[in-house]
Amino acid sequence: MKYVVAFLRFWYEFVVGDDWRVAVSIVAAIGLTAALVSWGVNAWWVMPIAVVLALYASLRRATAG
Amino acid sequence: MTRDVFLFLSAFLASAVEMVEALTIVLAVGVTRGWRSTLFGVGAALLALAALIAALGPSIANAPIKVLQVVVGGLLLVFGLQWLRKAILRASGHMALHDEAAIYAREREEAERAEAPSGSAVDWYSFTLAFKGVFLEGLEVAFIVITFGSARSGGIAIAAAAAGAALLVVLVVGAVVHAPLSRVPENTLKFGVGLLLTTFGTFWSAEGAGASWPGQDVALVAILAFFALASFGAVRSLEANA
Repeated sequence: MKYVVAFLRFWYEFVVGDDWRVAVSIVAAIGLTAALVSWGVNAWWVMPIAVVLALYASLRRATAG
Repeated sequence: MTRDVFLFLSAFLASAVEMVEALTIVLAVGVTRGWRSTLFGVGAALLALAALIAALGPSIANAPIKVLQVVVGGLLLVFGLQWLRKAILRASGHMALHDEAAIYAREREEAERAEAPSGSAVDWYSFTLAFKGVFLEGLEVAFIVITFGSARSGGIAIAAAAAGAALLVVLVVGAVVHAPLSRVPENTLKFGVGLLLTTFGTFWSAEGAGASWPGQDVALVAILAFFALASFGAVRSLEANA
């Protein structure tokens, strides 16, 4: 069990890292893109905007205080 | 073609960064405590990695391409943003630079302090440290190769070739220099790799979600330029507040 937890923690830290809110923002942006596409909008522009906003917000949190 | 070049370059650079980190650990342990047990550790880690990839690889290759693009694109994006975020914080002076020479010195100091093996017994300290370093960094390389490669047909071969080329370059340079590759501009490399991972992740996740990019593959260049501008802007802005 200890090794399973350590293995999962390794992957969490490797992929998600210090700021889980970035991961949540990306999942939400992919969901929004899929929803807009299903309504007939070619929403390629959602992801680049969401990525920059998520990055800036994360940098702001990291440097605040 | 654009996508293949980007894919090779991204997998090569990302793999090289991880391999430099593994080489630092292996060199520190090998030089300080001897090479026999260290190389046993490296060999055992490579075998364990090969077994893991052989077990997981085929199941990934059989998944539907749209699902792979969303999952892999999302993973690459989250992973790439983490690199980019750290690279921006380092470049703007908000985080300490990654220093291979300092890591090498610390690893050597710890290796010297650990108890020495008696007679011809296997030095488990060297074995474990080398195994852990190569296995964990190798897992990261495997993740990069599989994620990069699986989102398009023939991609695994290109990404694996890029990782192989990176291994060759790092090993040859490591053998010649016989010291940590501290002159490799690792932070600059990580900035570039973070940008490439984020670009690919954005491209694939949007495509997997059903969107079509204007200009198709050429859009990769525009996305990269957009993120590069946004990142350099963030560095400038944070530098002013450092």
